[in-house]
Amino acid sequence: MTQPVIDVNAVSFSYDSRTAYGDRGLALDNVSLRVDEGEYLAVLGPNGGGKTTLFKLLLGLLKPTAGTVRLFGEEPREVLHKVGYVPQSITAKPSFPASALDVVLMGLANRDGKGLFGRWRHTPAERQKAMQCMETVGLEHLAASRFSDLSGGQRQRVLVARALVSDPLLLLLDEPTSNIDPQGKFCFYEFLAELRGPMTIVVVSHDLSIAGSAFSAVALVNKTLRYNAGPALTAEMLTMLYGTHDKTCPMGTFINSVSTIFPTLPEKRHD
Amino acid sequence: MIEALSYDFMQHALLAALLASIACGIIGTLVVVNRLVFLAGGVAHAAYGGVGLAFYFGLPVLPCTLGFSVATSLIMADIARRDRQRADAAIGVLWAAGMAAGIILLDLTPGYNVDLMSYLFGSIMAVPAGDLWLMAGLDAVIVSAVAYFYQPLLVASFDEEYAAARGVPARLLYLLLIAMAAVTVVMLIRIAGLILVIALLTLPTFAAARTARTMGGMMFASTLWSMVFCLCGLWLSYMFNLTSGAAIIAAGVACVCVTAAASRLRRARTAAL
Repeated sequence: MTQPVIDVNAVSFSYDSRTAYGDRGLALDNVSLRVDEGEYLAVLGPNGGGKTTLFKLLLGLLKPTAGTVRLFGEEPREVLHKVGYVPQSITAKPSFPASALDVVLMGLANRDGKGLFGRWRHTPAERQKAMQCMETVGLEHLAASRFSDLSGGQRQRVLVARALVSDPLLLLLDEPTSNIDPQGKFCFYEFLAELRGPMTIVVVSHDLSIAGSAFSAVALVNKTLRYNAGPALTAEMLTMLYGTHDKTCPMGTFINSVSTIFPTLPEKRHD
Repeated sequence: MIEALSYDFMQHALLAALLASIACGIIGTLVVVNRLVFLAGGVAHAAYGGVGLAFYFGLPVLPCTLGFSVATSLIMADIARRDRQRADAAIGVLWAAGMAAGIILLDLTPGYNVDLMSYLFGSIMAVPAGDLWLMAGLDAVIVSAVAYFYQPLLVASFDEEYAAARGVPARLLYLLLIAMAAVTVVMLIRIAGLILVIALLTLPTFAAARTARTMGGMMFASTLWSMVFCLCGLWLSYMFNLTSGAAIIAAGVACVCVTAAASRLRRARTAAL
């Protein structure tokens, strides 16, 4: 059996016992996930369900309260150079002085001795690599433009290029289309599907509609995790994901409304 | 003005302005892009506690204030990171506490201290040669540190969470930046006084932001703008017998207003065509 790219084994995580996550105060409870090379995985779930917590555990920004997280068989912080990360948003001011190409070049910063300490400028080879990544995302004509002057969709593609510049084997994207219109969203996930091959791609989102596109598998996270080797959603999965909201939004009504998006769902429920 | 340059105090003032502008341009850029202006203001006012300590215990003022400001800034930085929701209030408390401590210590210090107002409003015309050497040394440290850490600082300033995810030591860089900001603020107190120092830290960056396309370019342009403001302010102060710190800030504000107006006029003409 080949080594998995992601191996999450019986992981639990708690931020604080006084959170609203229940008596045990757990954001994630006994979660296991195995992702093999080349998978295109969507991690879906409601707000506060633990998706971003899972991502931070994969990036080594958090340590699990119980269980283990391994990327390529090692501790996450040991293999950062193999991981590309696209965050949901950035902290920079809109007027930050950087071009799109400058932002892509930031993807070359990492910890394992190939970092950028003591260097003022990038080499011509690095700039050429960054331009190739801009071409990959179809924005080479905007390389010299200020990042702050780009549209939301263009900025997201530049952030993808930033993640690609270090030639990652695993690409993690956190809510990458939260600021993009529906057409842009569809094009974005089609574009991501074209990047597959040796690279494994994992996308976190609360948007169920992405499950209908080119993903090879779906993982549902709401404190626990359910993995489905296929892009389809079922009523049982939706109940597992959103059943906690049943008092304020009856599941039958919700599943009926979602059925119009997913032809794979069973017949309408009449609760 | 030319004959004034023959005086030692004027030569020292000019050198102090040029040396302070280097730190101001570099650190001012980092303070603005990292949204640390309020924290820097807190450090500036809390620095008065260091002045009070120096006078009360008879210590050299600049080194004592430097040490006190660096310690205060690191406390503010730690509070700001641990509890972002209440960071503003905590900084405000330390801001006022430092100022109050300085005033009380000075009240308890026997004798009349003629230098007190110079720390509030600046005294660029009274910079001793020893302070110039200290400023030059601090500039060398700041320039070396920023040059060495430039790329990681750029990545962390743009997107701190991404930097941490990539293994960049974002927290350590943040603390380093805060410490360098504290050092710069103490240097600038001599020029503009602690009341107006935050303006000297941010005005040059504000002027440079219009044309800068990179963070390094913004640092360079901010340094030049700061030199222009300081030289104009010194001239105004000498010619019209004005408080030097206020004259420098007034010169800076006037320059920024003129360039902003010129930019708007240019845009309006382009739109009309």
